[in-house]
Amino acid sequence: MATLEARGLHLRFGDRVVLEDISLVFPDRRFTGIMGPNGAGKTTSFNVLTGRYRPHRGQVLLDGADITGLPPRAIARKGVSRSFQIMNLFNDFSALDNVAVAVPETRARGFSLLGSARKDSVGTEKAEQVLARVGLRGKEQVAAKNLSYGDRRALEIGVALAANPGVLCLDEPTSGLGREATARLADLVRGLRGTLTIVAIEHDMEFLFGLADSIAVIHWGQVIARGTPAELRENPWVKNSNLGKLKAR
Amino acid sequence: MGAAQRISLGLVLAALATLPFWIARVGLYQYLGIEILVWGLYALSYNLLLGYTGLPSFGHGAYFGVGAYAFGLMQKYVGANLWLDLAGAILAAALSGALVATFISHRRGIYYALMTIAFCQIFWFVAIKWHSVTGGEDGLLGLKRMPAELGFASISLADNVALYYFVLVVCVAVTALLWRIVHSPFGRVIQAIRQNETRVAFVGYHVWLYKWLVFVLSAGLSGLAGALFALAQLGAFPDVMSLHSSGFVVMMTLIGGGLVSFWGPLIGAAIFFIARDALGALTSTWSLWYGLMFMAIVVLKPEGIAGMWQAWRSRRNARASVSAPVKAQA
Repeated sequence: MATLEARGLHLRFGDRVVLEDISLVFPDRRFTGIMGPNGAGKTTSFNVLTGRYRPHRGQVLLDGADITGLPPRAIARKGVSRSFQIMNLFNDFSALDNVAVAVPETRARGFSLLGSARKDSVGTEKAEQVLARVGLRGKEQVAAKNLSYGDRRALEIGVALAANPGVLCLDEPTSGLGREATARLADLVRGLRGTLTIVAIEHDMEFLFGLADSIAVIHWGQVIARGTPAELRENPWVKNSNLGKLKAR
Repeated sequence: MGAAQRISLGLVLAALATLPFWIARVGLYQYLGIEILVWGLYALSYNLLLGYTGLPSFGHGAYFGVGAYAFGLMQKYVGANLWLDLAGAILAAALSGALVATFISHRRGIYYALMTIAFCQIFWFVAIKWHSVTGGEDGLLGLKRMPAELGFASISLADNVALYYFVLVVCVAVTALLWRIVHSPFGRVIQAIRQNETRVAFVGYHVWLYKWLVFVLSAGLSGLAGALFALAQLGAFPDVMSLHSSGFVVMMTLIGGGLVSFWGPLIGAAIFFIARDALGALTSTWSLWYGLMFMAIVVLKPEGIAGMWQAWRSRRNARASVSAPVKAQA
């Protein structure tokens, strides 16, 4: 069980209001999409949910428990994981080490000064499973910086999945991907659907409408619409945006 | 460790173990070997921060100096036992490091660098001004080289050759310890912090604590190097705590290639002292030429000497596998 909830989040940077009364529920094992124009406050919402920023007002709840203002490491340990829009990998590490370092069993041994990182079989085994899950089997030993862009996107999700989280927050997972690579990433995410709570910020409407159980639209720091993909297609804001050109399926 | 690395390491160890027998014949002197080892140890400890964790401490002379002074003060006021005084030096430097790390571990990049410089200046100022304890600008004079008591034997370190071997043994032991640390789970976490501190926090690590601990380790081992230096110099002097001198260890680490290789700082320390003596024999402006060399390396090959060596080897391997694929498979 992992239900994440934002309740009346307010955030200001100086005298600029960035989030104004954001209230959203991300139900257990559902896929919730977040869309909206650039600068609407989508990534900022993520940053509040995952502990990077503390909101000025409002609460973040995980299964009803208040996690507002906890540091990122504490929220991560409670099983809320995130990926980043601008890729945030360990570039010099192999794909395997990128994931292995994020495995909780590895983290538990983090202050072992005299052990061997190489002989950490639990971390390695779990990392291999995660890499297989995100389609990177066979590329375990390739340095992250030498992977293709699409594979780096997949690895970005792999690092977030390493902790076997209850909630996975994806910040524009298809950003910068071509049509084919987006389709591959959609397959990956489809495979995860139903196994954990997913929240995804995404500009690619086809991707989002094809996968999400429900979608919220954020604009000017507020939630201006929410509903199932079918309901949102009838929404005037959505119709006026480029989504209006998207054919109903 | 690969086969080539093992062979190189064996050759270097053999050269170091026989150094007192040949160093005078090549026109150099015994004390140089001690200097290279002590500063090599210092640079290796320093590289735990700069190369492995990506933390730019530009005032590391403070901990080297605290080690030197603590060693001298222990000898004068507590007891002239080599092991006790060395342990006191490590402890004093680690505590100083712990204090400073508490104030800077939430920082990174240029802010981190500036704060290390500011703290280094404080330590240096205290060393200069607290005359009754540190001897001020004259330094803490009249230290002795106590014998190394091993229980079954007592080895005098008064002679430079004997001290060289003592320092070599300590260096090998600490190098092995550092090798172990950088390949431990802790070592992997600090390298992850270097590459992406934000992500490390978002996968659940207490980044501050890791940065704090690595600073304490680095400071403590730098303090050990400082104590060995005091043992060699028969005194502790404020000069090593200056910003100027703190810059030397940064240069050694970068020129040697500490950013890409564990062994880089040792290479850099050797080059520094050999350059000092070789260039110094030719011109009194040797530091100008050394500085220009440093700038050339930073501009042209920031990975340093070890980086050049690695690039040369990978080029050679690439050529070998293209021209003789069959042989490469064999």
